[in-house]
Amino acid sequence: MWCLEQHKENTALIDESGRTLSYRKLDEETKRIAEAVGRRSLVFSLCRNTIGSVLGYVAFINGNILPVLLSSHLEETLRASLMQAYQPAFLWIPAEQADRFAEMEPVYSCYDYVLLKTGYKTEYPLYDHLGLLLTTSGSTGSPKFVRQSYDNILDNAKSIVSYLELDATERPITTLPMNYTYGLSIINSHLLVGATLLLTEKTLMQKEFWQFFKEAGATSFGGVPYTYEMLDRLRFFRMELPSLRTMTQAGGKLTPELHKKFAEYAKEKDTKFIVMYGQCEATARMGYLPAEKLLEKCGSMGIAIPGGKFHLIDVNGQYITEPHVTGELVYEGTNVTLGYAECGEDLIKGDERHGVLQTGDMAQFDEDGYYYIVGRKKRFLKIYGNRVNLDEIDRLVKARFDNIDCASAGVDDHMYLFVTDGAVAEDVKRFIVSKTGLNSAAFKMIVLEEIPKNDAGKTLYKNLARYYQ
Amino acid sequence: MTNYEKYVNVFVETFSVSAEQVEKLEYQGISEWDSVGHMGLIAALEDAFDIMMDTDDIIDFSSFEKGKEILANNYEVEF
Repeated sequence: MWCLEQHKENTALIDESGRTLSYRKLDEETKRIAEAVGRRSLVFSLCRNTIGSVLGYVAFINGNILPVLLSSHLEETLRASLMQAYQPAFLWIPAEQADRFAEMEPVYSCYDYVLLKTGYKTEYPLYDHLGLLLTTSGSTGSPKFVRQSYDNILDNAKSIVSYLELDATERPITTLPMNYTYGLSIINSHLLVGATLLLTEKTLMQKEFWQFFKEAGATSFGGVPYTYEMLDRLRFFRMELPSLRTMTQAGGKLTPELHKKFAEYAKEKDTKFIVMYGQCEATARMGYLPAEKLLEKCGSMGIAIPGGKFHLIDVNGQYITEPHVTGELVYEGTNVTLGYAECGEDLIKGDERHGVLQTGDMAQFDEDGYYYIVGRKKRFLKIYGNRVNLDEIDRLVKARFDNIDCASAGVDDHMYLFVTDGAVAEDVKRFIVSKTGLNSAAFKMIVLEEIPKNDAGKTLYKNLARYYQ
Repeated sequence: MTNYEKYVNVFVETFSVSAEQVEKLEYQGISEWDSVGHMGLIAALEDAFDIMMDTDDIIDFSSFEKGKEILANNYEVEF
């Protein structure tokens, strides 16, 4: 994947404590990790934005070892059920978490990370081109992974390098988890050009983050809509950040007001603000709005990335050729992933999508061919950039709580949970907060006498809209 | 209600914790006090004390104790 040797004199990684790794060192360290694993096998990697975590990832991808990237804060029961379903041969985890896996044998460690041999007897066969497994952002406990091939990762990274015009002088700072496809795409694309990754576990809300940003001279960062809301609240526009060149945005649609605000800021400060569109199912990126169209095409997610193609289809699957007509957005490109896996047996599966992805997003294009997302085919919300399936939420609540009826609905970043029993409302909220791992500020409980249904007993979600619109 | 009670109350309401717990609270010490929770906390404090906090103070607000200091020193809130 990455020719680390080619950039050996460059700095690859700097962390918040000032530790620095050259590409030469990155090459050496990752080869050792791959040797410790020793063969193509499945590894669960519990990620952080730290050197050890990145080393593991690079080692696995470059070493033809198949990683599953998960959050190191993943709920214990969920992690256990995923391990049961996939039986990974190894774990790559923060050393401080090793005591949770006392029964497993540590076989290698470096940079505060440790490789554990799990001892599972079964090993599932792995499809040759399968390079990486990721959760569809915001998993609520389903063991579903997106299967990405080596070619998917490389092609998408190359395309990103091309439209963002990345080179070795870039220094992106981490603002997103690396197990999140958007955060990972930043790592993938920058390693390709020999740039320097600034790794921090600190958030935008911490002084230490901004100190590191300034001292290390960060040139870019990425954010989901909520990130930009926070920056706005932080009066970002008044900060002095002379090293900043580019801000990227994905993971949901920014409000037109914020889009405009950041576009104007970018213009004034001579920086780039790039609105983008993507999904884990397309590795990461599918569309972007070129910086020069930012104000003219406010609210648009842009055009297809280099090497990709968009079109819209109507309910009969026919191409839509007229502008301003809504249809489902379909993407074609070599970054369309192989498909899903739901258990270890699925890891041998080949390509099921053949380069075509029905995104599930409803969109329109204008006379100039710029695309606008106008809705969704399926019931899900993006909460802080994470996809949350509302039908799955309903199922989880009904399975956990007897004798109540419930329905979930809402808008991005704000989910409304409707329940028929006020006595358990707080319990339902706590349950969903723990299942999704999202801050409780995203959830609002509403108690109703009954959930509106049609004659066939199907929930009338439209009738719930008046509570939140 | 004293300013201290008001201050405690904002934490109790924002993070659904008990009044006894709040004094030891730190940023990222509980799952509720992440960056999303932090925004909610700052908004609630600005409402409760009718103030507008500066960026430097928002990002320096790393614990219950530190926050008290910031409000007292920079926003004339007497505890």
